[in-house]
Amino acid sequence: MRKQVLPGFGLSFGYALTYLGLIVLLPLAALAWKATGIGVHGLIQLLSGPRTLAALRLSLFGAVLAALINAVVGLLIGWVLVRYRFPGRRLFDALVDLPFALPTAVAGIALTTLYAPNGWLGRWLEPLGIKVAYTPVGVLVAMVFVGFPFVVRTLQPVLASLERDVEEAAESLGARRYQTFFRVILPMLAPTLLTGFALALARAVGEYGSVIFIAGNIPMRSEIAPLLIVQKLEQFDYAGAAALGVAMLLLSFLLLVLVALLQRWSNRWAERAQ
Amino acid sequence: MKKLVPCLVALAGALLAASVAAKDVTLLNVSYDPTRELYRDINNAFAAQWKAQHGDSVTVQMSHGGSGKQARSVVDGLPADVVTLALAYDIDAVADHGLIAKTWQTRLPDNASPYTSAIVFLVRKGNPKGIRDWADLVRPGVQVVTPNPKSSGGARWNFLAAWGYALKQPGGNEAKARAYVQELYKHVPVLDTGARGATNTFAQRGIGDVLIAWENEALLAQRQLGKDKFDIVVPSVTILAEPPVAVVDANADKHGTRAVAEAYVQFLYTPQGQEIAAKNYYRPRSPEVAARYAGQFPATHTFTISELFGDWRQAQAKFFAEGAIFDQLGAGR
Repeated sequence: MRKQVLPGFGLSFGYALTYLGLIVLLPLAALAWKATGIGVHGLIQLLSGPRTLAALRLSLFGAVLAALINAVVGLLIGWVLVRYRFPGRRLFDALVDLPFALPTAVAGIALTTLYAPNGWLGRWLEPLGIKVAYTPVGVLVAMVFVGFPFVVRTLQPVLASLERDVEEAAESLGARRYQTFFRVILPMLAPTLLTGFALALARAVGEYGSVIFIAGNIPMRSEIAPLLIVQKLEQFDYAGAAALGVAMLLLSFLLLVLVALLQRWSNRWAERAQ
Repeated sequence: MKKLVPCLVALAGALLAASVAAKDVTLLNVSYDPTRELYRDINNAFAAQWKAQHGDSVTVQMSHGGSGKQARSVVDGLPADVVTLALAYDIDAVADHGLIAKTWQTRLPDNASPYTSAIVFLVRKGNPKGIRDWADLVRPGVQVVTPNPKSSGGARWNFLAAWGYALKQPGGNEAKARAYVQELYKHVPVLDTGARGATNTFAQRGIGDVLIAWENEALLAQRQLGKDKFDIVVPSVTILAEPPVAVVDANADKHGTRAVAEAYVQFLYTPQGQEIAAKNYYRPRSPEVAARYAGQFPATHTFTISELFGDWRQAQAKFFAEGAIFDQLGAGR
């Protein structure tokens, strides 16, 4: 083995494993263990209940949609930040991180204040028949907010490293602008874009603090899955809450595996394109 | 110099004796959200009284949060000496884990709840929708704000108040109560997770025509948000909300604080404690104190949990457990 910069593979690997075990695996194992209290029959009953299904549907589809919106808008904003120089660019750049730093409950309350029927934006949308706060649309808005920085921040370094001459080459070979974008730039960005998408998605699926204030929380309509977990805890139903948590974890895991497969596929696609 | 030494020794001895006698006692009172102001006053008064009687200083630390969450924290190891929660079911849950004697509710007078509240309506100034009683809440076009009984203890009182009203009407029965409550929840545009959230939705966001609330919350909201904005309507029949208190036996014994903890909960029943409760908008149990604050608490017919529903365990199982009546009502949305 070649000489390493860090002291010994054994030591650093052991440390990494212990740390990961304590911080991530142990709590997850405890969750799974608590969930066994409910039994297979109980689990099936819990997961097939119409309320659970409706909440899971809202949480998952909301998160996917929010991540898609973030992917498109995040690409645009990342592009603007990397490619153009304009006054206030640094401030603009710093603003992107705000959703990371803000306590999610504060974000939720701020968004609700904005979009409530008597809020700054809500009072203009309401007469148009657009209801945001206390509807599934509100859930989507909050999910977009919390997931937004992930796409921008993962894309930025890759955008910065893109060689301008590739675009120029495409242009000189007669490619139109949209062709340059979809056939040259996008394939190079795709793996990173997918990473950002996956991060935004993972964040939105489990988001509680900001969504809860704007959701309305009406059963079957605007109730998110994490709220069901909190309700179970409120009724001292630890096993049910844990089971629902595990179910959500598995679903997000499946989604992330799917994204990873897409990523590998797009990687190969990008290699072949080059 | 010769005289000074014995003097110093005596002084040191006296200091030592004093420091042995005057213990500093710390209690942890785990409570629910809207009692912040109440217990700030209670703690000061109790500490002064205890100091005067025993010479020891007592510091009462507080922990506030949703009632159910607070009970869960105590079960999970939050070292509470005293719990003062929103409903008996939450203290039952702590008792089920062996931290409190199962007979806790008989150890203190009045079901172990030293102060009470009633479920009332907060409406917008001038009461534009003319809401006088429960029946008005299900009129077409009336929007009602109340939190979700599945996640809020306070909201369970609201639910049972509505149910009890329907039951107590002439010719009232279970089927009619069910129909009334089902209709009522169809008029709810937002189900907040907790009582404070519902108050915000109603007061700050301008959602709904009426907020179902505890009287003490309604009075507090009126005081803090302006008398010119809201009116309080006391319905003809309502439930007497009885927030209970208990010493957490296992923890008090472990900390050696049982005597102080018991004196603390008993203090709530003294004239001074009752006075403080009334000042903080809780209905006092003591008739004398209640008479002095009669203007603040309009008379109404109240019923209790035990009168209509047995006890909290039974009410919980019948209405709020998984698949119970509240879930059945919601399924039709």
